[in-house]
Amino acid sequence: MIDHPKPACIRAVKDALGFPSIMLCASMMGFGSLAQQSGYSLGMALSLTAGIWGLPGQVAMIEFHASGASILFAVLASSLANARFMPMAVSFLPLIRDGVRHYGWMFVLVQMLSLNPWAAGQRVFPGIITSVRVYYYVVFALVCMAAGLTGTAIGYFGIGNIGRPAALGLLFLNPLFFSVMIAGTRMRPAMIAILIGIPLGPIFHYLSSDWGLLAAGLIGGSFAFWIHRKTKKEA
Amino acid sequence: MDTATTLWILVIASILATYLWRFLGTLFSRRIDPDGALFQWVTCVSYCMLAGLISRMILVPVGSLVEVPLWIRLVGVMVGLTVFFIAGRIMLLAVGSGLAVFIGLATVLNI
Repeated sequence: MIDHPKPACIRAVKDALGFPSIMLCASMMGFGSLAQQSGYSLGMALSLTAGIWGLPGQVAMIEFHASGASILFAVLASSLANARFMPMAVSFLPLIRDGVRHYGWMFVLVQMLSLNPWAAGQRVFPGIITSVRVYYYVVFALVCMAAGLTGTAIGYFGIGNIGRPAALGLLFLNPLFFSVMIAGTRMRPAMIAILIGIPLGPIFHYLSSDWGLLAAGLIGGSFAFWIHRKTKKEA
Repeated sequence: MDTATTLWILVIASILATYLWRFLGTLFSRRIDPDGALFQWVTCVSYCMLAGLISRMILVPVGSLVEVPLWIRLVGVMVGLTVFFIAGRIMLLAVGSGLAVFIGLATVLNI
């Protein structure tokens, strides 16, 4: 059991350097390259990575704007592609709040939340006492952010020379590593929710490419919760 | 308005519109008991939305990934997941294998 800030920070650096950093750096390289080719400045590309901090929304904004959609529509598409940050914040922040004295800080800390620290938290928080979890989260998230920004800059400058299959591979990396990350989930209600979400995501996307994902999450997640409760009682 | 100004407006508006979700999540999280049913429900919604997003990104991608045939995208993910489950859940190895197969197929088929 980790019960001091220092070991929590060390553990966070160890966990974040490695798979999460490599994946973030590589997938943000794909984004940096896309931003450069689409006519954005380096400052804009880095602002998007740090400010949106969720690749699907970053890519959606650039692709929708490039396809001639109005600014309002591109902003909406970008924001809705990352609507998951709302339930993710609700299902994450209560786990770290014991170590945060002023709740106002949560509005700052939440900006660094993404799939990597969220998933890492689900995995390691049972072994860290509640009051020092925030140290783990902040250090882990900062390493991730640094890796993401580095990747964005590398991708921005290193364009054109990696070849088309590799460039496509960088775009494919994000859904691939997201898949492997959530495949490691062992929590029963989460596993039910994942199995329901896989068909529901594309189906709802055809019904509405903007609101589909949000609806799929709310409806499918509620259904998964209901199944979990019902089958647990009968078992 | 010149192009740079338009793009900056787009960038800043998208950042703020994304932060709105984080902001609302932070507001709602305040009184939630992490051991309660409500917390479990929101966790289910998070996982479902994530899984939906991932399968949407693979089956109905936006951008140049569309030009890669669906079966190559599926084979890439299948290889990644298979390696993950049979080779001791090593994520880097799993993603590396999936990516190698994806790039290999894209190269051989000259996409």
